[in-house]
Amino acid sequence: MKAQNVTREIMTGNEAVATGVKLARVKFISAYPITPQTAIVEKLAEMVSNNKINARFIEVESEHSAMASTMTSEMTGIRSFTASSSHGVLYMHEMLHWVAGSRLPVLMAVVNRAIGPPWNIWADQTDSITQRDTGWMQVYCESNQEAMDSILLGYKVAENKNVMLPIMSMQDAFTLSHTSEPVIIRDESDAYDYIGDLNLPFSIDLKNPLGYGSLMPPDGPFMELKKDMRDSMYRAIEVVKEETKKFNEKFNADFPGLIENFMMEDADYALITMGSMSSTGKYTVRKLREKGMKVGLIRILFYRPFPAEEILKSIKGLKGLGVLDRSITFGQRGAVYEDVVTSLYNKTDIPIKNYVIGLGGRDIRVKDYEKMYEGLMEGEDSMEWINVGGK
Amino acid sequence: MPTSIPKQELMMSGHAACAGCGAVLAMRYVLKALGEKTVVSVPASCWAVIPGNYPAEVLKVPMVYTPFAATGASISGIREGLDIEGKEDYNVVGFAGDGGTADIGLQALSAAMERGHNVFYIMYDNEAYMNTGIQRSGSTPFGAWTTTTPIGKDRTFKKEKKKVVADIMMAQGVPYVATASVAFPEDLIRKVKNAKEIKGPKFIQILSPCPPGWYHNSEDTIKVSRLAVETRVFPLYEYMNGKFNLYKTNKFVPVEEYLKIQGRFAHLKEDEIKEIQNFVNERWEILLKKEGN
Repeated sequence: MKAQNVTREIMTGNEAVATGVKLARVKFISAYPITPQTAIVEKLAEMVSNNKINARFIEVESEHSAMASTMTSEMTGIRSFTASSSHGVLYMHEMLHWVAGSRLPVLMAVVNRAIGPPWNIWADQTDSITQRDTGWMQVYCESNQEAMDSILLGYKVAENKNVMLPIMSMQDAFTLSHTSEPVIIRDESDAYDYIGDLNLPFSIDLKNPLGYGSLMPPDGPFMELKKDMRDSMYRAIEVVKEETKKFNEKFNADFPGLIENFMMEDADYALITMGSMSSTGKYTVRKLREKGMKVGLIRILFYRPFPAEEILKSIKGLKGLGVLDRSITFGQRGAVYEDVVTSLYNKTDIPIKNYVIGLGGRDIRVKDYEKMYEGLMEGEDSMEWINVGGK
Repeated sequence: MPTSIPKQELMMSGHAACAGCGAVLAMRYVLKALGEKTVVSVPASCWAVIPGNYPAEVLKVPMVYTPFAATGASISGIREGLDIEGKEDYNVVGFAGDGGTADIGLQALSAAMERGHNVFYIMYDNEAYMNTGIQRSGSTPFGAWTTTTPIGKDRTFKKEKKKVVADIMMAQGVPYVATASVAFPEDLIRKVKNAKEIKGPKFIQILSPCPPGWYHNSEDTIKVSRLAVETRVFPLYEYMNGKFNLYKTNKFVPVEEYLKIQGRFAHLKEDEIKEIQNFVNERWEILLKKEGN
């Protein structure tokens, strides 16, 4: 293996995202401040101001405008970026649909934060989970390294001609966004070699004037276009696999791809997690393994497209499965749980439990994981709230 | 007599607008003034349906359709993107109705103007939500019937005065602000060309009569537009380089002349018409003073 110059820096998740944006040679950044995302765009504004990134930065007056201007800048053929959190993500909901429907491979970094009321600025994935039907790909990070790498990989997947869908990259509030850890900075010329320039096949062109998003009646190809978005989303599964492989080869990295299997080879019981809470889960798995309990963990990175096949492969031989939802869906079970159950419908007999956990930044402790693993052994498929009401 | 109106047509025939649509004339004249190096962005509005169903288009320039509140931000992104590509000579135009400007789009408009992007924002003002079927907007004038200000037993016609977005833009310090009328196309085109000389945000409000919404005959669009100016209901002005110029009408024409040919004002009583006349007179004095300053 050839020796690589590896640059490591201690940085927060927010700084890692900003560095990823720089490496991806983004040319236009539009954003509105919201805690805990703000540090991403502050860092980018500073980079622009010091000519460390060849991009324009505008601070707009709302997240709706942030997404609208990011969209139209991308339409001109310029690789564009924005970042948001929580209510900001909700405020741009309409524009999220519009960007995806316009087939623009925009990337947005989301720092997952709870939705009020009451006000709460801590980790909770309800903000992005509720955007699952907008046509955006979603990737949830566990580390600051992934927060950076998912920017490069994200643009690469989004801009693939078989995909052409936007992508949001998630990291949990404070646990990652404001916590420093060592991050390997990918080599700038390797990064450019990997990602190249945006080549949008339908950018705004006066020589070929087009209408972007004009009126389409019921017998127009409206439904066909929506189906094509869905097909493209499914095609993205293979693209993520291919691009992850290329990425890891190029940078000598170990980005997991769609999902990560942790100690799953001989596991009897497993939990499915997303985001930074997985680290405590992995610690607990090791601890329980020392006691002789055959447990494992499946971490979902890509929630959209949903890695149904991969999960089906991972759960082979299990006696019990639990799905953790760090988001709230009222009147039905958790969103991730439903997706897992749908994916496994008629393909397994094992009981699947649903755990609601960590809302509004509620601590997710080792003893909570122990309780959840123990709960799987009861063979139930109930829904349970963890570390709530003093229990 | 030859006119100064450019012959080039960047709007094709075959559009889906109603007969006598003022908004169609507004677009046609604006594009004549700007030429083909232009990108137009439209929000939800009549102009989102005027081009017709996909794949029909009626403009010979790119047209970006966006959600209702997005015009200000949309033109900001297009402008910045084109500038990054070195296409600084392209005109970027937001073309939005009064609902999309005075109401749901005001925040994005105000912010785009404040940020100073080199863009045009054209408000085609038909004084109500016409695309959804004549509902009141902030730009609907006092006295007007709309489907949400019905006459009924309680005579609940619009009781509030028109919010004049051009005045707000002037107050905000936008470098170029004007009002224009489709009855004065040479003036309209001159204003768009003047605006083009300024590198920065430009705002022009064009009164655009709507025959089905105003209940006037479709052949009277120009007549109604001209009367709006002559009665001083819709004064024409231009604010450029800190100077304010008001177009002075020759003779006094009572507002009744303007109101009586429109069904939307048919219910008004004498004292209500007098009230409108007083509003118009007061605003005219304010504008005269503004010019004097």
